[in-house]
Amino acid sequence: MSEELKTDNYLTHERGFLSWALTLDHKRIGLLYMIFVLSAFLLGGTFAVLLRTSLLTPNHWMFPSDPAHDTQAKLFYNNMFSLHGTVMVFMFIIPAIPAILGNFMLPMMLGAKDVAFPRLNLMSFYIYCLGAILFTWILMGGILRTAFNIHLPFGFGLDTGWTFYTPFSTSKAEDGMVAGVLGAFILGFSSILTGVNFIASIHTLRPRGMTWFRMPLFLWALYATSIIQVLATPVLAITLLLLVAERLLHVGIFDSSLGGDPVLFQHFFWFYSHPAVYIMILPAMGVISEVISVHSRKHIFGYNFIALSSVALALLGFLVWGHHMFVAGQSNLVDSVFSLLTFSVAIPSAVKVFNWLGTLYRGSIRFTPAMLFAMGFILLFTIGGLTGLFLGALATDVPLHDTYFVIAHFHYVMVGSMVFAFLAGMYHWFPKMFGKMCNPTWGRVAAILLFIGFNTTFFPQFVMGAHGAPRRWATYPAEFQPYHVISTIGSYVMAISLIMVALNWLAGLLWGKKAPANPWGGNSLEWHCPSPPPHDNFTTPPVVDDPYNLAAWEYDASIEGWVPRKPQPAPAGRAAADRTRPVTH
Amino acid sequence: MSTASTEISAHGQAHYDPHLAHHFDTPEQQFTSAKLGMWIFLGTEILMFGGLFCAYSIYRHNHPLVFKFAAEAYLSTKWGAINTLILITSSLTMAWGVRAAQLNQKKLLITCLVLTLMGAAGFLGIKTIEYSAKWDEHVWVGSWNKYNGDNDASYATPPPEQPTTQPMVQIPPPAYGPAAIADDANTPLDVSQIKPRYSYPLSQSIQHQPPKRESDQRPTGEQQVDERYKQLSASDQWHVNTFFSCYFLMTGLHGIHVVVGMGVISWILMRTLRNDFSSEYFTPVDLVGLYWHLVDLIWIFLFPLLYLIH
Repeated sequence: MSEELKTDNYLTHERGFLSWALTLDHKRIGLLYMIFVLSAFLLGGTFAVLLRTSLLTPNHWMFPSDPAHDTQAKLFYNNMFSLHGTVMVFMFIIPAIPAILGNFMLPMMLGAKDVAFPRLNLMSFYIYCLGAILFTWILMGGILRTAFNIHLPFGFGLDTGWTFYTPFSTSKAEDGMVAGVLGAFILGFSSILTGVNFIASIHTLRPRGMTWFRMPLFLWALYATSIIQVLATPVLAITLLLLVAERLLHVGIFDSSLGGDPVLFQHFFWFYSHPAVYIMILPAMGVISEVISVHSRKHIFGYNFIALSSVALALLGFLVWGHHMFVAGQSNLVDSVFSLLTFSVAIPSAVKVFNWLGTLYRGSIRFTPAMLFAMGFILLFTIGGLTGLFLGALATDVPLHDTYFVIAHFHYVMVGSMVFAFLAGMYHWFPKMFGKMCNPTWGRVAAILLFIGFNTTFFPQFVMGAHGAPRRWATYPAEFQPYHVISTIGSYVMAISLIMVALNWLAGLLWGKKAPANPWGGNSLEWHCPSPPPHDNFTTPPVVDDPYNLAAWEYDASIEGWVPRKPQPAPAGRAAADRTRPVTH
Repeated sequence: MSTASTEISAHGQAHYDPHLAHHFDTPEQQFTSAKLGMWIFLGTEILMFGGLFCAYSIYRHNHPLVFKFAAEAYLSTKWGAINTLILITSSLTMAWGVRAAQLNQKKLLITCLVLTLMGAAGFLGIKTIEYSAKWDEHVWVGSWNKYNGDNDASYATPPPEQPTTQPMVQIPPPAYGPAAIADDANTPLDVSQIKPRYSYPLSQSIQHQPPKRESDQRPTGEQQVDERYKQLSASDQWHVNTFFSCYFLMTGLHGIHVVVGMGVISWILMRTLRNDFSSEYFTPVDLVGLYWHLVDLIWIFLFPLLYLIH
């Protein structure tokens, strides 16, 4: 292979601004998404820290304490938590893993050259940008107005939180409601297009030999995610359109003063938004399945169960939305049925956790940064999942409803699980994406610090919530101050560790060692192509194998990476024979 | 499609198919992908309308007489039926057009597409006639509807509060703590204290008899309509507005889809005139056809649900 051919990769294939802005290459689109989605993470994270800071004292110390400023202070707080929630949910958590890692990895793991509809993929990115910019403008307008009296044109602000509950949103909420909701509508459209693209790709682009049960588990997770995106997001779309119609035209579907039913809004909203939490967590589970297996040098345990439990979660996720309305006036029968169904979600989730533990058992675990984040995921997801059962049980949900307990549970699943998995995935695939290695020591330090900071932030919130501290209050009784202070300190630790991660990546990008094609010894197809991959992904058509047949690779110290194991005489032991046996389905 | 692939396998890479994207191996694979993608997209469309159908079902279940009254008083079955006929015909011409594309019959394809476009335009024209009639009768969407709660005319007054001695909802005693235990032990539940959920009289809402059907005909003229309206229960009168919201939101969203459909059909027409399609490549025609059938299908549900209420 000539030197020129070797260095031609997707980053250097074409040059110039337009070659990026109009690219149809799924890898480049993944990177474009990464820039925007990580910016959204930065924005949402900044406001998380600001929120925590304003909660240091019981009486919003950021504003003068005279009554004239009281309303403004509370409005500012409402705008802040609305910005944090909406930006994180719609602009970071939902697109993070599918749009960045999924876009980048799905075709390569599948053995394809691109996703099924590259132009649709680019369109989905631009729709995301449009929605994100509209959304941010409206939200930041509210912040600037309430905090500094700066009035942006159309910067109305949004103070409903990310749930847009009626009747507040249709009557009293700030004027940014309509534009903000349209922003969410547009972001949802982008999410649908990504889902359509992924489903079609997985159905039609699998090369010869890539059977359904030879797909890496990340692809199963993305497939399940895409099903939810496609089935649930349109319901959100119509809900948001109805909300806009209610606000502008007074149609009387949701507004009780016009004969409508606010609980109908909650049903519609959660019919999307409950499955949406599986849009957020399923790809994370997929990443963990990859990372755990590769970094403990062991074939994944219970492949079929992990694969099918993803699909089971996707389907069960559609049947439990009513558990958000236990105190909203549902009948007791409906409450009980939803409670029961909610408990059933624990089964596929636990199946996954046990299988990950089974994979770790007697593996040769390497504490790479990716692995540390993945182990953090398992622990925090377990806590998040088990506290979910408290909220799914009727008797305990009634006192815990709308308290900090819910906040803590949600953040254990979203931050503790999804963000940890996202970081694990980024550390796992960083060498593949950029062809550079990150400094593993700083990665490890960041992982441990994030774990500590995260628990410091959110564990006190469980306690505080169990004592009845209500969520979304700008002020609070003084007895809760110790918890709030601990929580705020934890959030600073989290911020520091996330900055460390960012600097670690930046340093890796600039000064990192050149990455070998297979730095971790994984066997899924993306490790078969060079790092960074060439424009068409594969220099030679890939030969599909069991993606977790890690015995097919051996470590080569000269390149600090893994190379295909040379054919050897028949392995001696039974275990070795089992490991190298090709899967047949 | 099969001819194209055999050509490729016969000539190897030498055969250059301008429509085959680099990441597909065969035209069939590309066609299957596109079609699958379109079907999934249509699924999302159905779910989006599903929200509206769901809202419709709930409000119709809660207020059946409102829907009957409003549909009979204000919707024209005649125009609805003509529109149904037009849309079904346009679906036929669309399907015919797809076949024409498959068979390389360019002129027939152009004719079919133009006919489909005319059908769509005709549908929207009739819809405009219907919408303007509603405007004239002051029963437009939301605040522009005389039955809407925003308008304090003689219509749309909220149901009168029934004078009650007790609050409508009994606030339960605390569910835990010493107070709860003491309370539970001392006062057994008094069933006679439990109030119905709605405050208007039971006789009017649930046991309401439809007005004597001296006329099974539709009410005509403002006076007849008003008479029928006054026979509705207070709560039902309060919800006439909801019917019109359902009507306008459902037909409105459908109308937007018709407009989008006209856009994509025009695009296909332009590409046909540019000779883009042949029996080897007609994917866009096929996909637009599928979309158009869905638009037609949704109307086939909307027509009976809104116009033919008995």
